[in-house]
Amino acid sequence: MEKEKNKSFIDRVWDLFASVKFAVVIFSVIALTSMVGTVIEQNVEPEKNLTVLAKLFGESAAPTLYSILDKLGFMNMYHSWWFVTLLLLFAMNLIVCSLDRLPRILKLVREPIRPLSEEHIEKMSIRRTVPFKGKPSALREEAASAIRKIGFRPSESETEKGLQFYAEKGSFTRLGVYITHLSILIILAGAIIGLYFGFNAYLNLPEGQTTSVAYKDRGAEVPLGFEVRCDNFEVDYYGDSDMPKAYKSWLTVFKNGKEVMNKVISVNDPLTYEGITFYQSSFGTVPDSMDRGVVVLTVVSKDGKSEQVNTRVGGTFTIPGTSETGKITNFSPALSFDQAGRPYTYDQNLLNPAIFVEFSNPGGKPFSGWILQRYPQTWNLPDGGRVEFRSFWGVQYTGLQVRKDPGVLIVYLGCIIMAIGLYITFFMSHRRLWVSLAEEKGTARILIGASANRNRASYEKDIEKLAGLLGEARKGGK
Amino acid sequence: MSGSASSFFFGISTIAYILAMVLYIGYLAFRKKTIGVVATTVTIAGFLSQTIAILLRWKEFYDIGQMGWLRAVPLTNLYESLIFFVWCLILAYLVIEFKYKNRTFGAFITPVAALVLAFIDISGMSKNIQPLVPALQSNWLLAHVMMSFISYSMFAVSFSTGLMYLIVKTEKRNEPAYIFWTVMLSIFIIVLGALGLDYLTFKLSVKSQEELIKGYLFKATFRNSSSAISLLSWAVSAALTFVIWRFGGALRKIITGFNISAETLDEITYKSIAMGFPIFTLGGLIFGAIWADQAWGKYWTWDPKETWSLITWFFYAFYLHSRLMRGWRGKKVAMVAVLGFVAVIFTYLGVNLLLSGLHSYGSQ
Repeated sequence: MEKEKNKSFIDRVWDLFASVKFAVVIFSVIALTSMVGTVIEQNVEPEKNLTVLAKLFGESAAPTLYSILDKLGFMNMYHSWWFVTLLLLFAMNLIVCSLDRLPRILKLVREPIRPLSEEHIEKMSIRRTVPFKGKPSALREEAASAIRKIGFRPSESETEKGLQFYAEKGSFTRLGVYITHLSILIILAGAIIGLYFGFNAYLNLPEGQTTSVAYKDRGAEVPLGFEVRCDNFEVDYYGDSDMPKAYKSWLTVFKNGKEVMNKVISVNDPLTYEGITFYQSSFGTVPDSMDRGVVVLTVVSKDGKSEQVNTRVGGTFTIPGTSETGKITNFSPALSFDQAGRPYTYDQNLLNPAIFVEFSNPGGKPFSGWILQRYPQTWNLPDGGRVEFRSFWGVQYTGLQVRKDPGVLIVYLGCIIMAIGLYITFFMSHRRLWVSLAEEKGTARILIGASANRNRASYEKDIEKLAGLLGEARKGGK
Repeated sequence: MSGSASSFFFGISTIAYILAMVLYIGYLAFRKKTIGVVATTVTIAGFLSQTIAILLRWKEFYDIGQMGWLRAVPLTNLYESLIFFVWCLILAYLVIEFKYKNRTFGAFITPVAALVLAFIDISGMSKNIQPLVPALQSNWLLAHVMMSFISYSMFAVSFSTGLMYLIVKTEKRNEPAYIFWTVMLSIFIIVLGALGLDYLTFKLSVKSQEELIKGYLFKATFRNSSSAISLLSWAVSAALTFVIWRFGGALRKIITGFNISAETLDEITYKSIAMGFPIFTLGGLIFGAIWADQAWGKYWTWDPKETWSLITWFFYAFYLHSRLMRGWRGKKVAMVAVLGFVAVIFTYLGVNLLLSGLHSYGSQ
């Protein structure tokens, strides 16, 4: 009691943070509140969570409960002041716990292994004895080389009855836990850096348009410091299905009016320029834009002459080298045919764009039909020519996630250190070994004692091997 | 794809595991060595058949997707992941059986495998090979998902041995640890029974295939529109829990009759967590974060799946630390191991079935 009273305030706070109980409480509170945060959907319109609460606690209690939880910050709880405080307390706890124990462990790690008396060696968890005849000194070289063969560098000392080799391996592995703890702190530090010096924004960029800003959640503009243009956006599908295979955006970056970068991005393959990364995240159709769309065609004549044509619905084009013309008289963003074979539009988004073309050919038969972007078999004309429907351009926008996070490299570094720390902690061990060669009253024996703080079974195999090698050395020594 | 070669071998393995479960329980009850040998043989046969099935499905997926071998891993939906989980679990079990020369665990691990396979049919989930959606087209898929499931199966092993440890170590019915394991076991049996009833009513009432059984979760029992049936379900559950609590001591006698020491159980629990934890941290959390960073531009979004993985990680981190704490060895730690696996189940299934978020691939 006396001692407790004499402790300073700082000591008491230190003790609190170093205590296991405190760690358990912080762990549990973080875990429990996190669970609540997964049930309450984060950052969504109130209706969603009101329904969830009504389901769990009844219609009448839901609104009151919602307003209480909202005031406590549960609707965006992972960024609320108290949750961040909890994470910081966790970090503090980790730091203090580690600092509290580290000096002792460091001292232990630095302390070199010492020779032991035979009684102590006999108390080791792994023991072997190999009897032999003769003087211990005669076996010195063989014993040392056998120990080296199982990967140890032995030290040697004279004992009363002969000599002793002792060695250790992986002494530093006792620090693995602290490396792992350190890595958590590094990751948290990276996260904080990202929070303060980075941003998360989005950008809906229509085809053909250029921007120099992105937008944050509440619509605030974030200047990029350069300009980015969306040249094209496309969805690839699996075969004839509407199942998307890839979302692709053709982006061009301009700095001071000069083109500096060009990349086709897709999900899992973003573009990074000056620390700002653009991720493919969504797409959509610009409202009321269908009549502004540009029909991009590659028109090929029957003798192979081809020409790129940009036109609009209602426009005309000529097949190169002929007088044959085609007029686009109809358009559908998503064409399908009903059972009677009548065409109809099944969606207002560009799922299956199609143009209806009427050809006028003074010489041959008149021809007209639907040409579908996704179905090259509809591109062929009866006379051997082709109208390749490349794109219906200028009506879609690409949804980009825009991020700058200077902390991410630190987070990655933390992850690597964590992997190393965990590997050391769980898959490496501190192994110690004593081999005593002793002679007493005419009988001589080799006594092996060893211990490992982990993975004893595999170490035992090494010791088995060592005993075997020493057994052979004994025969050779005769 | 129902007629494909892979589903034929999957069928064989399902039958083999269910048979193995019966045999292992029979071995536990009658203690005949022959039954044990047959049980092991059947399990190995099932495992080989499942290995062939997974490889065939990989090939089938490769032929459809045309994206290379790495991106044709059959691990892209709930069905495939459950199959892989069972495969890992059986592999882990066979290793333990040969290492510890003891078949008792079989009676605790094969039921998990058989129940997972039954759950696949009960839940009516899609078994079709679906082409990869753009978000999953990454080389991280293989490492992230495979390592996650390897760790899940390690945790499943620790759950089984942790539960066995508690069964062996508790004697008095008023002991907290005894109450804990009887209640845990009851909840598992009740939930599986309720799912079975859901499946039966779902199949009987010929709902359109489009409707997911998700919407029917516990509708046949606890969430039934008739309050009488709902009440009855609770009453039956309470009665079952009571029976398990009252006669749980019999299980202890059976297990202890097999020369299996509590220390061995504790050791296997610890070892499987010591293997599973680093694999989970690296494959589940770290690789997941790197992939999220590349695909979504955020390495951590507090998405329900991520949050629950973190909660699971906390549980096992706590387990590893608590073994070093005074007074926490033994029963208390075993309870943490059991609870940790409850968190795993929720991370894996609960999040997909009950909560919404970015990780919705599994719910299809």
